[in-house]
Amino acid sequence: MSAAAPGIAAPVRVLRFWNTTIGKKAVMAASGIILALFVIGHLIGNLQIFLGPDQFNGYARTLRHLPELLWPVRAILLVCVTLHIWSSLQLAVVKSEARPIGYAKRTPAGSSYASRTMYWSGPIIAAFVVYHLMEFTFGVGGTPYHEFDAYGNVIQGFKVPAVTIFYVIAMGLLCLHLRHGLWSLFQSLGFNHPRHMPRIKRAASIIALFVFFGFSSIPLAVLTGLIPQVL
Amino acid sequence: MKLIFHIWRQPARNKPGRMVRYEHANLNPDMSMLEALDVLNEDLILKGEEPVVFEHDCREGICGSCGFMINGIAHGPLPKTTVCQLTLRHFRDGEELVLEPWRARAFPVLKDLMVDRSAFDRIIAAGGYISIPAGSAPDGNDILVAKDDSDRAMDAAACIGCGACVAACPNASASLFTAAKISHLGLLPQGQPERDSRALRMVKTMNAESFGQCTNIGECEAVCPKGIRLEVIARMNHDFIGASWRAR
Ligand code: HEM
Ligand code: FES
Repeated sequence: MSAAAPGIAAPVRVLRFWNTTIGKKAVMAASGIILALFVIGHLIGNLQIFLGPDQFNGYARTLRHLPELLWPVRAILLVCVTLHIWSSLQLAVVKSEARPIGYAKRTPAGSSYASRTMYWSGPIIAAFVVYHLMEFTFGVGGTPYHEFDAYGNVIQGFKVPAVTIFYVIAMGLLCLHLRHGLWSLFQSLGFNHPRHMPRIKRAASIIALFVFFGFSSIPLAVLTGLIPQVL
Repeated sequence: MKLIFHIWRQPARNKPGRMVRYEHANLNPDMSMLEALDVLNEDLILKGEEPVVFEHDCREGICGSCGFMINGIAHGPLPKTTVCQLTLRHFRDGEELVLEPWRARAFPVLKDLMVDRSAFDRIIAAGGYISIPAGSAPDGNDILVAKDDSDRAMDAAACIGCGACVAACPNASASLFTAAKISHLGLLPQGQPERDSRALRMVKTMNAESFGQCTNIGECEAVCPKGIRLEVIARMNHDFIGASWRAR
């Protein structure tokens, strides 16, 4: 057909798409990919803490001195978080309305624990992210904070066992969220092939475990004194 | 053989229901679950009570009429088996079984274990067909279909529309059902002309009938008596996303 064919305006198409369950899941998947890529990048950056305070603080300072990189990334993440949470809330309503009367007895027959708890792990991760930003970005989390001493902030923060415990639990939930989410997103975007899906699932589990052990290693290293506590 | 049933009894649509306990000692392990209910009903009728209403037709696992939850699993514990084909030998003597109807807003209970599944018919009516002049039978091999495509189309076409996928899904999603039909027709040459409009209209109707979203957890696949795979849902998503993009 020619380009002049009378068409449905793009905004209308987008709105129609958004108003379907499959559309919202596609938005969740797309935003989830970007959030997951950030998580992996963030982890690789953080692991530099094992290379010592100079390396780590240098890395932190580089990021803050690159506003032309920092702010676009923050903006993209904010958009993704908003879309991801907004669609999850709307889908949670759809889901709760789809079965007003529950079963007296219910036995899972083929689903993973991670997949059944997506609507729990997600909001708890959100609560964690809020606390995490308060602690290390804005310095209002209740633990000692000095701008431009990211290394010291991390050490001071994780010396508090309660902070470390919450952190490790949140990483456990993020691990579960990713273990299901990282393969589910392919399915949501329309890709599933019997030959490739088992590999994708395995990769999702490996990445999820990497994220869990990688992030958890930092507070645990602080708490056990494995990282030198220079100030 | 003895079994103890807890069965959902509900006199009519929109009437309150409750679980009722029945014990039956005179069952044969070779009976099907539906035959067990027949025997139970004979007793109930002799006692002047209302028999338990459940749907059935072929009792061969091919029509899709039967189905209810047994101990929290759609069609009971045996994979790829409808309740009409499920024999009592898969249960222990004296076992307690909770029988409940499919639960979904889109599937209102009509009576006891029978639900109204006409929402499925409306999804099919929205696009689960091909529009062709239905004259005499076409010549064999007139339209060539790749073996792989025909196999996958046949696998998807095995859906009997029993509703177990909806019943098993924590979100009461009809994705497996709708996707099976979209895949069945979308994989074949005859289904191509309406492929986009089919995906758009069937998904729209599926949402309008207040079925939930798919969270890819796989409960539907695990209980499907015909072994329909989760892959069909990816195919539906693929067709729907593409069709939404191309829609004019
Ligand atoms: C670092 C943060 C996060 C990452 C990397 C992430 C990633 C993902 C991914 C990849 C998916 C799969 C999407 C799909 O199945 O198509 C997903 C699903 C989901 N996410 Fe997140 N997510 C994050 C945070 C959150 C938060 C904060 C919430 C809620 C407040 C949330 C709620 C959900 C829910 C409910 C689902 C399941 C959606 C469904 O299947 O219907 N997630 N997430
Ligand atoms: S009665 Fe036909 S499938 Fe069970």
